[in-house]
Amino acid sequence: MPNLNINGRNMSVEAAGDTPLLWVIREQLQMTGTKFGCGAGLCGACTVHLNGEAVRSCQTSLSDAAGKKITTIEGLSAKGDHPLQKAWIAEQVPQCGYCQSGQIMQAASLLSKNSNPTKDEVVAAMDGNLCRCMTYSRIQKAIMRAASEMRTASNAGTERRAT
Amino acid sequence: MNSHVKITQNNVLGEPADLSRRSFMVGTAAAGLALGYSAVPGLLGSDQAFAAAGNFDPSVWYSIAPDGLVTVTCGKADMGQHIASTMAQIISEELGSNWKDMRVQLASNDPKFNDPVLGAQITGGSWSTMMNFDAMSRAGAAGRMALTEAAAASMGVPAGELVVRDSVISHAKSKKSMTFADVVKSGKATKTFTPDELKAIKLKTPDQYTMIGQSVPQLDIPSKTNGTAKYGIDVFLPGMVYGKIVMPPVRYGASVKSVDDSAAKKVPGFIKAVTLDDKTGTTTGWVVAVANTYANAKKAADALKVTYDNGPNAKLSSESLLNEAKRLQALDDSGLFFVKDGDTAAALGTAAKVLEAEYTTNINIHAPMEPMNATAQLQGDIWHIYSGNQFATRSGAIAAGAAGVDPKFVVMHQMWLGGGFGRRLDADMMVPAVQAAKAVGKPVKVIYSREDDMTMDFSRPLTFQKIKAGLDGNGNLIAMNHDVVSAWPTKRWGIPDFLSPSVDKKGALDAFTVNGADFFYSVPNHNVRAILNEMAHNATPSGQLRSVAPGWTFWAVESMIDELANAAGKDPAQYRIALLDGKGKNDGGAQRLRNTLLAAMGMAGYGTKALPKGEGMGVACVSSQERATASWTACVAHVAVAPSGEVKVKKLTVATDVGTQVHPDNIRAQVEGAALWGLSLAMYEKATLKDGGIEQTNFDTYTPLRMSQVPEVAVSVIANGEKATGVGEPAVTVIAPALGNAIFNACGARVRSLPITAEAVKANMTKA
Repeated sequence: MPNLNINGRNMSVEAAGDTPLLWVIREQLQMTGTKFGCGAGLCGACTVHLNGEAVRSCQTSLSDAAGKKITTIEGLSAKGDHPLQKAWIAEQVPQCGYCQSGQIMQAASLLSKNSNPTKDEVVAAMDGNLCRCMTYSRIQKAIMRAASEMRTASNAGTERRAT
Repeated sequence: MNSHVKITQNNVLGEPADLSRRSFMVGTAAAGLALGYSAVPGLLGSDQAFAAAGNFDPSVWYSIAPDGLVTVTCGKADMGQHIASTMAQIISEELGSNWKDMRVQLASNDPKFNDPVLGAQITGGSWSTMMNFDAMSRAGAAGRMALTEAAAASMGVPAGELVVRDSVISHAKSKKSMTFADVVKSGKATKTFTPDELKAIKLKTPDQYTMIGQSVPQLDIPSKTNGTAKYGIDVFLPGMVYGKIVMPPVRYGASVKSVDDSAAKKVPGFIKAVTLDDKTGTTTGWVVAVANTYANAKKAADALKVTYDNGPNAKLSSESLLNEAKRLQALDDSGLFFVKDGDTAAALGTAAKVLEAEYTTNINIHAPMEPMNATAQLQGDIWHIYSGNQFATRSGAIAAGAAGVDPKFVVMHQMWLGGGFGRRLDADMMVPAVQAAKAVGKPVKVIYSREDDMTMDFSRPLTFQKIKAGLDGNGNLIAMNHDVVSAWPTKRWGIPDFLSPSVDKKGALDAFTVNGADFFYSVPNHNVRAILNEMAHNATPSGQLRSVAPGWTFWAVESMIDELANAAGKDPAQYRIALLDGKGKNDGGAQRLRNTLLAAMGMAGYGTKALPKGEGMGVACVSSQERATASWTACVAHVAVAPSGEVKVKKLTVATDVGTQVHPDNIRAQVEGAALWGLSLAMYEKATLKDGGIEQTNFDTYTPLRMSQVPEVAVSVIANGEKATGVGEPAVTVIAPALGNAIFNACGARVRSLPITAEAVKANMTKA
């Protein structure tokens, strides 16, 4: 019975070890924010974090995920208020919205490592995530907005600590 | 002849749209309930919400709860165009509600939610805003009047002295006020309206708008940033199992000879292999592997050994479809006339110069990010279908056909659509879900793999067009023969109302293959023939793909106009402006299109400076979607072409005249998305048929635009106070010809086939 640590909670699931993590998350745990898009790691709709790294959950087996910290869109923030989620609303990014969980998770992984990305770095990080509605320019703007907000918040925090 | 055409004629829509249903059941929730499925036992869903005690239901389109929340029921499929939010916005304008109080829900297929103009539930054609604007406005106004009358009685003041704003009804003189919640709780809002009274309501004039024209936050967006928006694929029902389809090697026409499930039986959780018996003719040769989880269903599907008779289309390829198109076009008696003005034969005979050119587009696949899926459940006599769908009226009938019941026993539960683009106008996914659920006696969710989704798409058809045009001695365009050969997507639906009589009344043609060819240029002698490519029609059942016919007709027309301008030695933009003279039937539209073109030219700096070697700008202007429903759209494309033929799109400048803007930011979002769709179709997307099957199976071989391929896009929206028009599609259609024309101006290469490839550009280069 593999145990999964998902969004900070330990959960036991019943599935063969070779089952894609995507379907375990979606069906057994009925956490449907993570989406099925291509089943081949080509579109990014199923992106989740494994120990903080963005991975395609359709290409990650249950046994590979066991023992690692999994984060899905549902666990990215307590109230849907991660700077990226707020920026996604401020820029009114989603159209159909289906790819956006994956886009946000991919972007969150980028910003956790690089809080001041250039446009080229954003494109390089996001190019594996398809958006059929073609909301790409708004995705870029929202990432830049969130990065800026995160830097401001982090600077403010530093200042507070300094004084 | 496709067998499904005949069958769907009998089953689909049932009867012509009942025009009496176009009125609103204002103030009469009970009457609204009486219309739909209330006679059918076991009904759940939105109708029950409507029946909630204590609510005020001024119309079928919305309900106001005692807490003051206004819940709008959207009868349109929301696939990212935020149409539910737009309907709420139109209602809110006249109702006088605070935007914070607005909520949306999605309608069932109850006919009471039918489109007030179309008389059915169908979402497409960039029709929704223009066709629902008046009805939603009147629904909102009627609610305001009913609430105001009740408030006046409660306050003891004349209704005429009351002001409604932000969900509050106030009386300035007495300083009394009531919220909508107060009035609903009072139970006194009971005023009803007859259809005539509704029609007589004086609506606001644009100068009085406080909501229309504001970019209010879209009501669906927060749920699409935190994973809570529910799409069809997210439906779970108690006791539900899963289906994975085994698809035959050919797109259409196969039949199953045998199914060996001995290996599948070893897969844990495997329940059954169900061979579809699809009397609707929507699918052929499909087998569903049913199991307790989708992962196991997929394993079982992979383990099934299915043998097929591959049927009559098994040897066909894209080349055979194109050759057949060329054969048909060459026949004098092919097709039906969509346009027949003047005498083209005589005029071409006198022309000083005649140009002929052939334009083709390859098969394109919708590939919305949410693969096709449907969940079917039989409860008592009622089939409940959960699936994001653009055509609930027809899809319910197809589901009924698959179940072998009357359509009135099918309830379609609408979900958010993970992309539509026309793909979800089709109902194939209903068939495996219903028949698998019937076979195993449990609710079944069928999910297409991406491979299933791509190879069984109702694709944009391969098209072949030939244009023959004549110029007089001054370079004026005096005659044009335009032949359009394709599969006929709308004919496949088998709904006669969606076909159009030819201009000479010799038959019914699919106008959704030729729209756009009836342009607003003044050409005195002009023929357009719509020619059905029966071979393509049968082998690659086609569908409506975002922008439909104008996606290919304007590729041909707007490329040819440039070729003609070049032959006449004139600037292609100025040549268009001269042709848009607004004479006769083109009065009004031509001038708007001309102005839009000028706006795009101005924004792009067209003709104001010399460009570096290898760069060029090209223009195109379109009256998409249909002549009667056009959004006037123009594009200036700026490209740089390398000696290798590689095209770099430097900038797309798009101007569009949409009449009235309900939500400016949403219009920009739609136009940006549409323009990039246009670019993606023009340069990056190509599907091919081989041995009767679609060769591309996933995003490695069928390759829509990615972020790294996005050029600078500048959008200018013109709102001149005319009626609101659609914005989801027109900008798709203007991009390819603008690019083709820009490439010609950059390097002299005239490319006439989509998608544009570096090889084709290089092969046609004349300028060094």
